[in-house]
Amino acid sequence: MTLVNSTSAADISLKNGTVMEVRNICKRFPGVVACNKISLDFLPGEVHAVVGENGAGKSTLMKIMSGAYTPDSGEMILQGEHVSFSHPQEAQLKGVSIIYQEFNLLPERTVAQNIFLGREPGKFGTLDVAELNKNAIAVLKEVEADQLISPTALCSSLSVAEQQIVEIAKAISFDSKVLIMDEPTASLTLTEVKILTDLIMKLKARGMSIIFISHRLIEVFDIAEKISVLKDGELVGTVITKDTTPQEIVQMMVGRELDHYFPPLGIPEDFGEVVLRIKDGGNNFLKDINFELRKGEVLCVAGLQGSGRTELAQALFGVVPFKTGTLEVSGKIRNIKSPPDAIRLKMGFVTEDRKAEGLLPMQPIRDNILLTVRTLEPLLDFIFKDGIRNSRKLVPTLANQVDLNADTFDREAQFLSGGNQQKVVLSKWLSSKANIFIFDEPTRGIDVEAKAGIHDMIRRLTKEGIAVLMISSELPEVLGMSDRILIMRDGRIAGELPAKSTEQEIMLIATGHSKDQDANNLAAVGKE
Amino acid sequence: MTASTISAQGSSTKFLRKLWSWIRRIPPVYPMFLLIFITLGFLNPKGYQTMNGIMTYFRPASPLAVLAIGQMFVLAIGGFDLSIGAIVTFCVLASSKFLANDPANALPNILLLIGMGVLIGLINGLVVSFLKVPSFITTLGMMMVVRGAALYYVGGAPKGYLTDNFRMFGRNYIQDVPFFTRIPYSLIILIILTIIAYIIFHRTNYGRQILAVGDNMLAAGLSGVKKKLVRVMTFIICSVFAVLGGIMVAGYGGVNVTIGEGMEMQAIAACVIGGVLLGGGKGNVINVVFGAFTLQAIVNLLNQLGLPKPYTDAVQGLIIIGVVAYSALSTMKKR
Amino acid sequence: MTTHPASDSWFKRTTQRVNIPPVFYFLIVVFIFSGVLDQLFADGQIFTNPLIMLNIIVRSVALGIVAVGQTMVLIGASIDLSVAYTISITAVMSSYLMQGRNENVPTAILGVFGIGIAIGLANGLIITKLRVNPFIATLGTSLIIKGIINATFSNYTGSVPQTFEFFGYGMIGPIPVSIIILLLVVTIGWFILARTKFGAHLYGVGGNSEVARLSGVRTDRVVIAAHIFCSLTAVLSGIFLVSLMRSGAPWVGPNGFYDLNSIAVAVIGGTALSGGKGSVWGTLAGVLIFGVLSTAFNQLGVNPYLKLVFQGLIIVLAVASYTIRSKKEAA
Repeated sequence: MTLVNSTSAADISLKNGTVMEVRNICKRFPGVVACNKISLDFLPGEVHAVVGENGAGKSTLMKIMSGAYTPDSGEMILQGEHVSFSHPQEAQLKGVSIIYQEFNLLPERTVAQNIFLGREPGKFGTLDVAELNKNAIAVLKEVEADQLISPTALCSSLSVAEQQIVEIAKAISFDSKVLIMDEPTASLTLTEVKILTDLIMKLKARGMSIIFISHRLIEVFDIAEKISVLKDGELVGTVITKDTTPQEIVQMMVGRELDHYFPPLGIPEDFGEVVLRIKDGGNNFLKDINFELRKGEVLCVAGLQGSGRTELAQALFGVVPFKTGTLEVSGKIRNIKSPPDAIRLKMGFVTEDRKAEGLLPMQPIRDNILLTVRTLEPLLDFIFKDGIRNSRKLVPTLANQVDLNADTFDREAQFLSGGNQQKVVLSKWLSSKANIFIFDEPTRGIDVEAKAGIHDMIRRLTKEGIAVLMISSELPEVLGMSDRILIMRDGRIAGELPAKSTEQEIMLIATGHSKDQDANNLAAVGKE
Repeated sequence: MTASTISAQGSSTKFLRKLWSWIRRIPPVYPMFLLIFITLGFLNPKGYQTMNGIMTYFRPASPLAVLAIGQMFVLAIGGFDLSIGAIVTFCVLASSKFLANDPANALPNILLLIGMGVLIGLINGLVVSFLKVPSFITTLGMMMVVRGAALYYVGGAPKGYLTDNFRMFGRNYIQDVPFFTRIPYSLIILIILTIIAYIIFHRTNYGRQILAVGDNMLAAGLSGVKKKLVRVMTFIICSVFAVLGGIMVAGYGGVNVTIGEGMEMQAIAACVIGGVLLGGGKGNVINVVFGAFTLQAIVNLLNQLGLPKPYTDAVQGLIIIGVVAYSALSTMKKR
Repeated sequence: MTTHPASDSWFKRTTQRVNIPPVFYFLIVVFIFSGVLDQLFADGQIFTNPLIMLNIIVRSVALGIVAVGQTMVLIGASIDLSVAYTISITAVMSSYLMQGRNENVPTAILGVFGIGIAIGLANGLIITKLRVNPFIATLGTSLIIKGIINATFSNYTGSVPQTFEFFGYGMIGPIPVSIIILLLVVTIGWFILARTKFGAHLYGVGGNSEVARLSGVRTDRVVIAAHIFCSLTAVLSGIFLVSLMRSGAPWVGPNGFYDLNSIAVAVIGGTALSGGKGSVWGTLAGVLIFGVLSTAFNQLGVNPYLKLVFQGLIIVLAVASYTIRSKKEAA
C-alpha cells in the first residue's frame, strides 16, 4: 500500500461515494506514452464505458487497475483506501476483477473447477466435490445462469458466451466490487449480447461497479450510464450517456492534430490494371465480399475489432480460404487454398501478430528475410552459391529499403526491437518479389520514428507498381495512407470511402451510425 | 599519457574485447571435448597421445556421431525419433541372417537396409504429418515394430555371423597412412556423411526450412513452407542415417539381441551436448558430431579412470543433466 | 443445457456429453476382436477360461501400478523416464535387504520407499529448480540409477522370503492379491486426482501453469509431489515384481519397457502428453488393452516378437484415433 502525500484524496473519495478512483495515472512504454495523467471516478451500481481508438490507452489503464501493470505514477483509491497492486491476485482479493477477451479458463476442467481453482473447498487437503459444485451453482445463480450452465460441464464444451459467464461468475465468487470487462461483446451473437446485457443490469442492481471497454457504440449507448473517452493516452472527458449522442462521442474520440506527415497519396492516373478482384466472396465468417485492387494503389480496410478485416486477409491468403465466390488474380480466376498457393501468385502477407506469425525468433535476421525466397525455390537448391550472393547483396539491399539498422545480420530475430522485427518481416516479403501486399496493422506497437519509415516504404512499393491492401485500426494512418478506404462491419463490407474522407465518416460507417445507414441498421437489429 | 599511447591502448583493448567476445561465443561442446580428450591423453598416453590410439578411439565414436546427426535433423524440426536404436538392432540382427555367411549378399543386404530405412522414415513422417500423432508416440510405436520385426526375423537369437566384407565398414582401418598411421573406415564414412549432412542442413533451402518449422511452425507455414513435405524428408534422413550408423555398429560390436538398445537416447544426449534445443529451431551438424565425440570420450575417460562400466552410465546422466541445466539457466539470464 | 454445435458429428456430441474417453470404446473393440480371434482359432476356449482371464489382469498389475504414477506426472505436463530403473533398483535392493528372512522385510520396504522418495524428489527438483526439460532430467536420473545398480549388482541378488510371495501369488478368496493391490493403487490415484485439492491443482498446472500460478497455486511444489508419487508407484511395481520372481535382478525394469509402456498406456487412455488432461481409469483401460492382447496372442501361440510389433502398431493407432480429429499440427 502506498500512502501518497495526504489522505485527503481518499477522504474525498469516501465522501463522493465512489468505489474506485484513479488519479493522475501515468504509464510509459519504450517509445510510447500509454497513459498520461488519467483520472477517473467509478461509482458503485453504475455501468461506465471507456471508449477510444486502438492505442488510446484503455487496455493499459484497465491492466493497471486490475494489477497486471504497475503505474509509473499516480494513485488508486479503492473503497476509501489507497491501494497498489503488485500482482493480479492481490487485486482480485481486494475486489477488483478483470475479464479479458481471451479467457483465462482451463478448457479441460469443469466450470466449478475453473471458478474455484486454488480455492477449492474441503478439509485436510481433500476436495469436497459436492460442496464445490454447490458453491458453483450458488455463484451461477447470482448471475442467473444456473439453469443455463451446469457446474460439471467442461469449459471446452461451452460456447464463447457461456465461457464469459463463467468468467463473470468467477469474479463474483471473489465478491468483486469492481468488474472490468475488455470488449465483452466482441465474439457474441446478438442474442448472446442481450443475455450479457441483462446480466450486467442485474450485477449493477447489486451494487457492483462495472467498467467496460467497447468499440460498439450501439451497446455502449444501450448499457452504460457514463462514457469516458480516451485519446492518445489522455482523458478527453466523461459524459453522461443520455446527455450525448454517438456522433459527439466519435468526435471526441478522433479529433486531433496530425503528429506526423504521411507521404503523398497516389495519383489515380498512375494506378494500373486490376490485380485482384473478388466477387461474392464468402466463408464461415465473411459474406458478400466484393472489391478490386489495382496496381500501385493503397486500399485501406478499416473497421472495428471483430468486423472481419483479419478474416478477409486470411481468406485472400489461403489461411482460412473463401468457400464461395470467385477470386481473380491478374485477370485469371484462381483458387487459393493455402499460403503456398498465394505466395506462388506473388502475394505477401504481413500479419498482425508478427511475433507469433511472421518471425522465426531463434533464426538470424538473414534467415528470416530469405525465408520466402527459399520457399519459392526448389527444396534442394543449394544456397551455397546463391546464399553467398543473397547474403552479401540481397539482404543488405532489402534491409536498406526498409531502413533496418542492424550491426550484423546474424543476430537472432528475437533480440530485435518491435520496430526492427516488423522491418525484418517486411523485407522477407519484399525478397519474394510479391506484387500484392496485404498488411495487417503494419505499425502496431511501433514508435513514431519507425512508423514514418514504414509508411514511406509502403508508398515506395506502390511507386514500383505493387498493390497494397492495408488493414489498420489507426484512423490517422488510414487517412494518411489510403487511396481508397473499405470499411468492414460484421463480416461484410459496410461501405467505401474515397481518399481524403474524414475520420468521423469512417467511424460512423464502422459503428453502424452513418446517417443513411442508421435506419437499415436498426431494422436489421430489430429482426434478430 | 600522450595521445598516441592512449590510442595504442585503445586499439589493443578493442582487439582483446573482440577476441573475448569471439571466445564467449564458442559453443561449450568444444572446450569440453578438448578438456576431456587432453585428460585422457595424460592418463593414457599410448591410447590418446599417439595417432594409433586416437584412431582407435574414433572407431566407436563415429557411428554414434552418425546416429546423432540423423537425430539432430528430427530434433531441429521439433520432434523426437525414438526408433533409431531399434533400427540399429535390426541392421545387426537381420544382417546376421540375411547374409547367410555369404559375402556376395553384402551389397544387396546394404541396399535392402537402406531401403528399409527410407520406408521407416517415410511412415514416421506420414503418421506425424497426417495422423497428427506426436512424434514421441509415433517413433515409440515404430521402435517396437522394428525391434519386434528384427527379433521375429531371426527367431530371437542371432544366426550366424556377419561376413567380413559387411563388417569392414565398422571394423577395418586403412593402414599405413602417413602421419595418421591408420584411419578407421568408419571415420571416413563419418566425414563423408558429415559433409553431406552439413551441405543439406546448412546450405540448402530445405535445411533452413527445417529450422523454420521447428522454430515457429505457424510462421513457417504462412511463409510458404511445405511443412508436411519437409517433415517427411527429415524423418527419412534420420532413419537412413540410423541405418548407416547401424551398419557401422555391426562392424565392431558383437552380435547380440541387445545391441542398439538405448542408442536413441545416447544420440539425443549427444545432440543436447552439441547445443540442440529439444523444442526445435536450432541445430549445427559439426557441433553435434563433437557432441557425440564428447559423449564417447566421457565414456572412455570413465573407463580409463578405472570406473567400472556401470558408473559410466551414472556419470553420463549427471553430465547430461549438467549441460542442459547450464544452458537452460544461462538462457534465462539472457532474458 | 450446455450447447453442442450441431456441426459436430453425433458421435462426438454423445461422447462429450457423457465424457467417456475414446479408449473405452477401443477396449471394447479389442475385446471383441480377441473374442473373434478366439472363436476362429481356439474354438472359443480362451475367453471362457477364468484362469486365463485372471492371467490377463495379473500380467497387467506391474505395468498398471507404475502407469498410475506416470499418468499423474503426465497430467502435470511433465514426464518420467526413470521409472524402469527405479523398478530395477527396488527389485534388487529389496531382495538384497531381505536376504530371504522375514524379519528383514519391514526394513527392506522402508528402504526402498525411501529410495523412491529420493528419486522422485531429485527428479522434481531438477525440473523445477534447475529448469531442465523433464525428458532430459528423468533420462539423466535413469542413467544415474542404472549406473548405481550395475555397479553394485550384476545378477540376481538376495531373495525374498516365502511369506512375502503372498504379494505376488497370494489369493484372498478367489481374487489374487495382486489385483486387489492394483485396484487399490488405481483407486488411490483416482482419489488424489479427483478428490483432493492437490489433484485439482495438478490439472491446473498441467493445463496452463500461468493461470494456475495466477490463481495462487504453488506450481513447483505440485510438480515435485507428482514426481514423488510416480517414483513411489514405480517402487510398488518393483516390490510386486520381486515377489513374483522371488529374487531381484537388475534387468527387470528395462526389460519390461516400463518407462515407455507406461507412457504409452497413459496416452492411449486419454492422457495428453501436453498435460492438463487424463484419468487413471483411462490408463487402466489402456493397460487392460495391452493385457488382453498380450494374453490373447500368447494363448493363440503368436510369436512373442510379432506381439511386440502389434504392440507398437496398436499404440500408434490408438492415439491416432483421437489425434486424427484434432486441428492442431503435431511435431
